Amino acid sequence: MATAALKRTPLYEAHVAAGARLVDFAGWEMPVQYEGVRVEHLAVRSACGVFDVSHMGEVETSGPGAEALLQRLLSNDVSTLAVGGAQYSVLCRSDGGILDDLFTYRLADDRYLTVTNAANHERDCAWFEEHSGGFDAEVRDAIADSAMIAVQGPAARPIVTELAEGELPSRMRTATLSVAGAEMLVCGTGYTGEDGVELLLPAERAADVWEALTDAGARPAGLGARDTLRMEVCFHLYGNDMDEHRNPIEAGLGWCCKPETGFIGSEAIASARESGTEQKLAPFVLTGPGIARQGNTVVSGGAEVGVVTSGTLSPSLEVGIGMAYVAAELAEPGTEVEIDVRGKLRAARIESKPLYRKET
Amino acid sequence: MAKESYPDELRYHPEHDWARVEGAEATFGVTWYAQDALGEVVFYEPPEVGSQAVKDQAYAEVESVKAVSDVYAPLSGEIVAVNDLVADKPELINEDPYDEGWLVRVKLSDPSEADELLDADAYRKLLEDE
Repeated sequence: MATAALKRTPLYEAHVAAGARLVDFAGWEMPVQYEGVRVEHLAVRSACGVFDVSHMGEVETSGPGAEALLQRLLSNDVSTLAVGGAQYSVLCRSDGGILDDLFTYRLADDRYLTVTNAANHERDCAWFEEHSGGFDAEVRDAIADSAMIAVQGPAARPIVTELAEGELPSRMRTATLSVAGAEMLVCGTGYTGEDGVELLLPAERAADVWEALTDAGARPAGLGARDTLRMEVCFHLYGNDMDEHRNPIEAGLGWCCKPETGFIGSEAIASARESGTEQKLAPFVLTGPGIARQGNTVVSGGAEVGVVTSGTLSPSLEVGIGMAYVAAELAEPGTEVEIDVRGKLRAARIESKPLYRKET
Repeated sequence: MAKESYPDELRYHPEHDWARVEGAEATFGVTWYAQDALGEVVFYEPPEVGSQAVKDQAYAEVESVKAVSDVYAPLSGEIVAVNDLVADKPELINEDPYDEGWLVRVKLSDPSEADELLDADAYRKLLEDE
């Protein structure tokens, strides 16, 4: 075990003190759970959970040509991103293969911060650098600048509001605020399907802010709950539900691709949209017993028709759920299929997104 | 969740399974260590009554939200009873791994296999070394 080589976030001691079970996640020693995945999951759905996501990376792009560079790299239309706004996009190769999925925050006229997945951060930085030639823009690896804490759930905003000086940004907006005495970037984003905020703050203040949040009632939640929460609302996980061998059209991410902006991969993606793809990513539920897992085969009429990319027991719905790439003609809600779960065929049905909807 | 314990009257398999041997029959389950490592058990499907359990081979699976774990037979024999209650309430494996959380009852094909299992002291020692 190369435990000594694992990176630790500024909240490592807090996790140990809270009795977290720590695992290697993309080279980081991260809490997978504290008390248990299910209780943490349900706390986020019913009240408020707090996640250490400091393993996520940041890339800062600045200068007069920053917008033009990002327009070339990112799939979404960066010109529509206002100062103080947030935008989701994918980063693609010229053949349309997905390199990462990213949130970009526009901090100022000529300054952007892009949040990367831990496992892809170095590759993303290199990709940004490699393609910055000819643009009047500076690309900087900003991963060391900040800790990142996600506060999610129906009680998240009230809890953070109590600790903040000033008004929290609305959904998909950002604001620089003091929270629990620390100046930080507060973002109205998340990965759980719940309302809430994500905080980018100086590493040396992370432990104090974490303590203030948990004292105020936010429950520490690990990567296990983060994964089950995002699956219930069908948010993609890079490496599971997409990778460089999948394009955004088959991954169901065509909505964040604006080929008219001429980004790298736009031609391949426009053509995939035009001609359709052989497979499509589709959410499913198991209609009987069982829990499908990543790698299980999807079967229809005795033939192999796809593969599960994410699967779990849904703590909210109490059934097996997940996402799978299936033959495009089967990717319609209501289609009955089977999933080969370690040798047993389990009945499943393709559903529409999201699998979990908040009761209103 | 139950407190950590390894009752003296049980015999243990290094894959973290226990057997309560009573004459020609034995009851199987998973140890406190196994259920703790797995986390909250959310799914368990009992094997068929009448099927064969083979020592050192998996006879069932237990699943937490995050992971699947094989359950190994500490001894060989025909499964004569299964704990259906655990199929309905798999968390019993966490709450009471040695009593209400038992998994199967087996008619042993070779009771002398039990000599190869660990006693509680030896099993505790094995856990210290993990």
